[in-house]
Amino acid sequence: MSWAPSELEVHRREYRRRASGRSVIIALFSTLLFVGVIAVVVVNTPGWESVKTTFFNTEVAADSFPAVLKGLWLNLRVLFFASIGVAVLGTLLAVMRSLRGPVFFPLRAIATIYTDLFRGVPVLIVLFLVGFGIPALEIFPRLPAGVWGTIAITLCYSAYVAEVLRAGMEAVHPSQRIASRSLGLSHSETLRIVVIPQGLRKVIPALMNDFVSMQKDVGLISVLGAVDAIRAAQIEVAVAYNFTPYVVAALLFVALSFPMIRLTDYVSARMARREQSGGTV
Amino acid sequence: MSVLKLDNIWKRFGDVEVLKGVDLTLEEHDVVVLIGASGSGKSTLLRTINLIEQVDDGQVILSGDDITDPQTDVDKARARIGVVFQQFNLFPHMKVIDNVTLAARRVHKWPAAKARAKGTALLEKFGLGDKVNEYSDRLSGGQQQRVAIVRAIMTDPELLLLDEITSALDPMLVGEVLDLVRDLKDGGSTMLIATHEMSFAKSVADRIVFMHGGRILETGTPEQLFNDPQRPETREFLARLTQR
Repeated sequence: MSWAPSELEVHRREYRRRASGRSVIIALFSTLLFVGVIAVVVVNTPGWESVKTTFFNTEVAADSFPAVLKGLWLNLRVLFFASIGVAVLGTLLAVMRSLRGPVFFPLRAIATIYTDLFRGVPVLIVLFLVGFGIPALEIFPRLPAGVWGTIAITLCYSAYVAEVLRAGMEAVHPSQRIASRSLGLSHSETLRIVVIPQGLRKVIPALMNDFVSMQKDVGLISVLGAVDAIRAAQIEVAVAYNFTPYVVAALLFVALSFPMIRLTDYVSARMARREQSGGTV
Repeated sequence: MSVLKLDNIWKRFGDVEVLKGVDLTLEEHDVVVLIGASGSGKSTLLRTINLIEQVDDGQVILSGDDITDPQTDVDKARARIGVVFQQFNLFPHMKVIDNVTLAARRVHKWPAAKARAKGTALLEKFGLGDKVNEYSDRLSGGQQQRVAIVRAIMTDPELLLLDEITSALDPMLVGEVLDLVRDLKDGGSTMLIATHEMSFAKSVADRIVFMHGGRILETGTPEQLFNDPQRPETREFLARLTQR
């Protein structure tokens, strides 16, 4: 015999359906009201007309778009190489900090000092020190500013990523290490085969979040004179005597990070679902 | 030569003395069951044997080798001992077959094909043939514990340590795990088992060891120990169990 919902269940479903319909209408109405109020307030400010022409000028936007987009290509390349650098250096630092035994004290200390230092120093200052300081040593051939920018961003974000990875490794239950060592695997094999794969999974949303944050911070390399999206926008601003190119650059950065932001949300939500499968709270 | 010889094992956690001079010997094919209240030192004793805990005094001698010697390669020593834990401790990011063959491939350097063949054969032998390619967290507790046992016996260790392997299991699932342990006994494995399952202890043990306050108070065959306990502490412990 097949199951058909009882009258009680039919009533409950009917009630839930009505309640959720009501929630959607309320949410829609309140959103429209909120946006409407903000729009009315902004449009009625005394300076709106001049703001509109200096920040939201479609003509200037169209003129500056190709140059800013070309600049963004540099940001993308910096992002690509910095991501690889951060993955390597961040993992190395995390492993160095998790080494046990007195022999490894110097490595542990170096990694600790490094992460403390680079999480404390503002990115902008690291950019100046690396971008202007290291070339001044005159031991390296002349390299484009973008290269020094990539190095500086890598140095900063490695410190953050190392801490995230370490947190993930420490979140793996000690019984997993004990099981692995009991099989005769060494400390480093245990890290590589048992701890890191599980720890990494736990911190994927946090890592993706750091990546999103790095996507916009690669724009800071403009202070070194590299013609990236922000620098290109700055040049266009000077040419047109209008701030619209900055808005163009901002929109391009948003477009760049949007897919990753959504993906991060999706992955986090899916992991949360998996962790509490069956529950409703 | 004895498979395991514990000579005057002492272990202290801070001010608490958990093991106070334990002596115990297991010959080949011996199945010895440790019983005693929680906190009597059973689990700690097992953990000192596979060097998860460092002893404060005494020696653990495995087939003639003093593995408590600081010059011992602890990884090599541990690889000679199979351990099964209360909470299974399978690796959740690996398939059942990879859990089972990990030590064979990585520590004993078997070719992958040989490890896979033996792992699959063992899993099939113990009724887990259809779980070979599952991830371990998809299995029931009883199945997980059987996989954990297969993982421990995969490379034919000299000694098996089973630490309250049924304590985390639903009563319905205890039987399937204990049947497997009886199979291992019939196969000639040398085992040291800590358990609270007295009927299991009776049926599988060659010798029962009663621990109390970090010491071995009494040792005997199951008949001697359960039917004619000599020490008041043993009588009290057994009386409390039968009251339940």
